[in-house]
Amino acid sequence: MTFTIPIDNGDALKNAETDSQRTLYPYVTGTSIVAIKYKDGVLMASDMGGSYGSTLRYKNIERVKAIGKHSLLGASGEISDFQEILRYLDELVLNDNMWDDGNSLGPKEVHNYLTRVMYNRRNKFNPLWNTLVLGGVKNGQSYLGMVSMIGVSFEDNHVATGFGNHLARPILRDEWHADLSFEDGVKLLEKCMRVLLYRDRSAINKLQIAKITEEGVTVSQPYSLKTFWEFQAFHNPTAGAQGSW
Amino acid sequence: MTKQHANWSPYDNNGGTCVAIAGSDYCVIAADTRMSTGYSILSRDYSKIHKLADKAVLSSSGFQADVKALQKVLKSRHLVYQHQHNKQMSCPAMAQLLSNTLYFKRFFPYYAFNVLGGLDEEGKGCVFTYDAVGSYEKVGYSAQGSGSTLIMPFLDNQLKSPSPLLLPAQDAITPLSEPEAVDLVKTVFASATERDIYTGDKLEIMILKADGIRTEVMELRKD
Repeated sequence: MTFTIPIDNGDALKNAETDSQRTLYPYVTGTSIVAIKYKDGVLMASDMGGSYGSTLRYKNIERVKAIGKHSLLGASGEISDFQEILRYLDELVLNDNMWDDGNSLGPKEVHNYLTRVMYNRRNKFNPLWNTLVLGGVKNGQSYLGMVSMIGVSFEDNHVATGFGNHLARPILRDEWHADLSFEDGVKLLEKCMRVLLYRDRSAINKLQIAKITEEGVTVSQPYSLKTFWEFQAFHNPTAGAQGSW
Repeated sequence: MTKQHANWSPYDNNGGTCVAIAGSDYCVIAADTRMSTGYSILSRDYSKIHKLADKAVLSSSGFQADVKALQKVLKSRHLVYQHQHNKQMSCPAMAQLLSNTLYFKRFFPYYAFNVLGGLDEEGKGCVFTYDAVGSYEKVGYSAQGSGSTLIMPFLDNQLKSPSPLLLPAQDAITPLSEPEAVDLVKTVFASATERDIYTGDKLEIMILKADGIRTEVMELRKD
């Protein structure tokens, strides 16, 4: 009873003609998104950088957008695919509004829709190269979830994409607690974003924090974090190190 | 000149272990709640157990997006069944449906490792174990997922299954009582958690009996 599935890239997919019809690698990418649930709803932070490989090409990209009345969508990965997803969601929200029945799509519904979209693109071997964070509040219930480019999704009290998953999540696991105040939530997110600034080469020091509550969405103006570079370890990083580390 | 391809795989393994044990009038289905990717943990509280029908509970580990899609397909097929036959699907019926659903994608499989547990038409516990493309077998107990290789030999030792070669065919249902079976499950998961990095955080146990379903949760090591 053993059927093993090959997990590496299949040879059947290397045909040049069919390759031009599907996404092979990302071009302009955004780095981490970090988001937490707090007392009144959800806070989501991202920087405004768009990298073109190792070049920091764009420095004014908004990677967190409001969706309908109750949700916030943050994206890391390919920026053009994020824009396409926003177009899909525009149509979804438009059709929802056209019913004119007083009901509106909540964050859970949008998250489910996005999961299905990402999974179906993965099934066609033409993924949308993003990891998405969906947060929102509806009827007093906060919601926060994540979808990856192959359709893996889950919800939690705090999520982070890309490098954020490695660097921010441990901080959040230690310091997040239920019913954070707005100020404490922002401080916690800034702590995470600062670590990412120091350690993620594609992060830039220009960030936005978006807030969603029952009342609605607020996206802050872009601002920078204070950084401290006088740590001993930064001064002479290779002192005492053997070899090339 | 071959183009450089980014290594993109449509599959990922989100880890985790599932176990089920069949008793004379009960069935125990258990799974850990850790969801991982590579060496990172995505969630410490993700349930791998899903009730498909009153008497059929599915537990699956593997690639979580495929598992979710598989559940949705089975749930919707069950709904149609209920509309057409005015009754819930029995566990053996669900077992066949799951097998057929998996084989349907034989050439782009659901990367899901399933254990289906429940009560058969006579009220006896039944466990069905699967591979990713639908080959299945009715057994007295089974483990699937990242910790299965650690757990299965121990279950073999403890649950003394009669040889399937015997004639007349003997049931592999364990004579253990329900509390003993639940205790055994807790023991095997505590052990698997020690050595399997993808198993841990919390253990979710569902006990199915004729009068209903009970759920228990136990903490596991989080490292």
